[in-house]
Amino acid sequence: MNPVTITIDGLAIPAQEGMTILQAAQANGLYIPNLCNHPDLDPAGLCRVCVVKIDDWKIAISCKQPVKEGMVVSTEDPEVQRVRKNTVELLVANHPMTCLTCERDGNCELQRVARYVGLEPTDLNRYRRSVRSLPMDRSNPFFEIDHAKCILCGICVRTCDEIQNINAIDFVKRGVASLIGTMGNKPIAESRCESCGECVVRCPTAALSPRHRVQPMREVKSICSYCGVGCGIRLGVRGDQIVGVQGDRENPVNGGSLCVKGRFGYHFINHPERLQKPLVRKDGELVEAEWDEALDLIAEKFSQHKGEQFAALASARITNEDNYLIQKFTRAVMGTNTIDHCARL
Amino acid sequence: MAGLATALGSGAMTNSIAEISGAKTILAIGTNTTQAHPVLALQVKKAARNGAGLIVANPKKIDLCRHATIHLQHRPGTDVALLMGMIKVIVDEGLADLDYIATRCENFEQFLASLAEFNLDAVAAITGVDQELIAAAARLYGSEQPAATLYCMGITQHSHGTDNVWAIANLGLITGNVGIPHGGVNPLRGQNNVQGSCDMGGLPDVYPGYQKVDNPDAQQKFEAAWGVKLSETPGLTHSEIFDKIHEGTIKSLYLVGENPYLSEANASHAIEAMEKIDFLVVQDIFLTETAQLADVVLPAATFAEKDGTFTNTERRIQRVRAAIAPRGEAKEDWRIVTEIARRMGAPGFDYNTPAEIMAEIAALTPSYGGITYERLEEGGLQWPCPTIDHPGTPILHTERFSTASGKARLMPLSFRESAELPDNEFPLLLTTDRSLFHYHTGSMTRRVEGLEQLVSEEFVKINPADAAHLALVDGEMVQVSSRRGTTTAKTKLTAVCPPGLVSMTFHFAESPTNMLTNAALDPIAKIPETKVCAVRVEKMTA
Repeated sequence: MNPVTITIDGLAIPAQEGMTILQAAQANGLYIPNLCNHPDLDPAGLCRVCVVKIDDWKIAISCKQPVKEGMVVSTEDPEVQRVRKNTVELLVANHPMTCLTCERDGNCELQRVARYVGLEPTDLNRYRRSVRSLPMDRSNPFFEIDHAKCILCGICVRTCDEIQNINAIDFVKRGVASLIGTMGNKPIAESRCESCGECVVRCPTAALSPRHRVQPMREVKSICSYCGVGCGIRLGVRGDQIVGVQGDRENPVNGGSLCVKGRFGYHFINHPERLQKPLVRKDGELVEAEWDEALDLIAEKFSQHKGEQFAALASARITNEDNYLIQKFTRAVMGTNTIDHCARL
Repeated sequence: MAGLATALGSGAMTNSIAEISGAKTILAIGTNTTQAHPVLALQVKKAARNGAGLIVANPKKIDLCRHATIHLQHRPGTDVALLMGMIKVIVDEGLADLDYIATRCENFEQFLASLAEFNLDAVAAITGVDQELIAAAARLYGSEQPAATLYCMGITQHSHGTDNVWAIANLGLITGNVGIPHGGVNPLRGQNNVQGSCDMGGLPDVYPGYQKVDNPDAQQKFEAAWGVKLSETPGLTHSEIFDKIHEGTIKSLYLVGENPYLSEANASHAIEAMEKIDFLVVQDIFLTETAQLADVVLPAATFAEKDGTFTNTERRIQRVRAAIAPRGEAKEDWRIVTEIARRMGAPGFDYNTPAEIMAEIAALTPSYGGITYERLEEGGLQWPCPTIDHPGTPILHTERFSTASGKARLMPLSFRESAELPDNEFPLLLTTDRSLFHYHTGSMTRRVEGLEQLVSEEFVKINPADAAHLALVDGEMVQVSSRRGTTTAKTKLTAVCPPGLVSMTFHFAESPTNMLTNAALDPIAKIPETKVCAVRVEKMTA
């Protein structure tokens, strides 16, 4: 790819041939308002918010327009401002005005774009229509769909197609009746959706939002404990509870992608049935005991059963350090090599 | 894993996950990737989307078939015939990489001789796959390179699982696809740290780093490090342990983070052993079906409550970090072991942190020699990583194989049937698989309300033709029996299973599938044949 130089609002920036104007701007830390663009997806050119003026004559959408050596781009041309403000006004015309209680308040791409184009209270009334009254789809246990907050950017549709290759959702109906839906517009839980939540994490508004979401107080990087792929995750912590899991985009294994178990299957950690005290069998029943009692009993019994009378089954679920110590204990203390684990199951 | 180690010198994924999307051809055999390894499956789908040829070899019409160029729907247990048949086409049509074979492989002459029995007529008869389809798959794999093979338990859980793995290695070697970017022979490990627990010597015949216990040098090294005399006799494997409990030899079993009550093939044999044993200690996060049989149950910490490392299927060692404190009085597994050892008066268990344990691992395990917690802060490292300045190894065998000669061994093979085939009494063939929404014996996922809401029970997947023959309707509760046991579950009529084949998962305690499965073992890998057994499906007797 050949390097080229373009000018955006008088600033000369380096770019690569094959990039779009929007990609070149983003690579140089410049913000051009946009809604339907996502770095993981092919440009779609649906929302028309990223319009710019090229070489002082042509209005183009920057997410689709390839850069060319010497290209002069304006994002503040009066015509650009007028077109994109009008576009945003139309987008918010039927959007619910419930930002304060919205899951995405402060982290909403529509809010960001509206602020950037300078939407005034009076602008909100010009095209104002009633909020779409479509029932929310709460059929999935992990996320819900609120069509009233949907701006039809299609990021969810393209995520399900381009990344997941599942194609559970698509645009349904035409014109003002357009909405995101499943085959036959059935509830999402009755579709082929695999509940990975990849669309939810990319939705620019709260049209797709996780259920029972609690904002974490801090995040801790770790690795998913389900299958052998080893996806990087960030565990959301609030108090002494795990309240969410996010994909770690810096991890080379998954680049942020997760499956349904990795993203949503963490509730076992805080489950009330977790074992919290040792149990010792007394008169046929397992009853709670102190650690000292349990460990003394184990030490006594194991001491009687050294060598070929002892076997250990370690686990493919626990850490390397855990496993190392169990095999060291088996070999060095119990005097046998009879240690195995569930690798074959 | 033992199979791949014999052929190539190492029993792990030869390449990295991120490379898969760059392959020109992918053979996915014995892996229901979108269900068992969904994020890795994204790479396969991406490759297919970019125009790579995708060959799915699976007795069932799995989800991945939607993206496949060719679906080889072979009869379960006939993988050796299918793969050797493909290899014969490749050799006969001059598609074999003879330079690669000459410089990188040995045993080619004997191997060629063993191909004689795999002419396409014979292979088509054994596998039930159309000759032309097999030939087309062979030509695709043999000509569009790099070609990567992915495989999983559908290959290994057979009484001839080692032969299956050798056949896969043969195919990769004969076409020169091992040791190159985007190619390779890639076993997908099922559990988060199954690779690591093997690496750490959680196996009866090897110390950490696959150093043989019957090798005097290795024995001396560990005796010196640990300050004790060690046994040179390899120990017993999983299923042999339960046999020896029945015989009364083994009197204490220390069982950590595992639920053989549901996961063991022919489970009732294991359950009776655990009921019978003198002293059973179970260490887990929940009171599993297995823990309920224990004499002592120890509460363990989850991955979110401890520091440590997991090693993933591509040999990448990554840091796990404590986000919260262990629940109640639960403790990290490593800490529990040190406390037992100290109470028994054993020296050498005075660790304060997992980082100290890793330092000892690195000192004794050549492939982990360069691993420290400081380095892992920057991201994971793929073994072999022998020294502190080594960058890790994304691709194995790029120059030489880790065998004694440095060359890979082509393995002559012959076809063997599965241990138990359908007959008049048990006319259907049962294979086991996994659901996307649950994990292993379900002790974690079945406690996640949402997952349970999506899928909460077992289904016997059965072809509509078989169901019609048995007068069964969709969703009807049925009884499934084999020579070893009986279970019940609802039917799901689906063309995913061809006629004659039924399929169940083993996530649900209410429908314990492993009561049915056959514990016939592969003679080398000692893996049970949970992928093939004969069953009977019947209406419930009211």
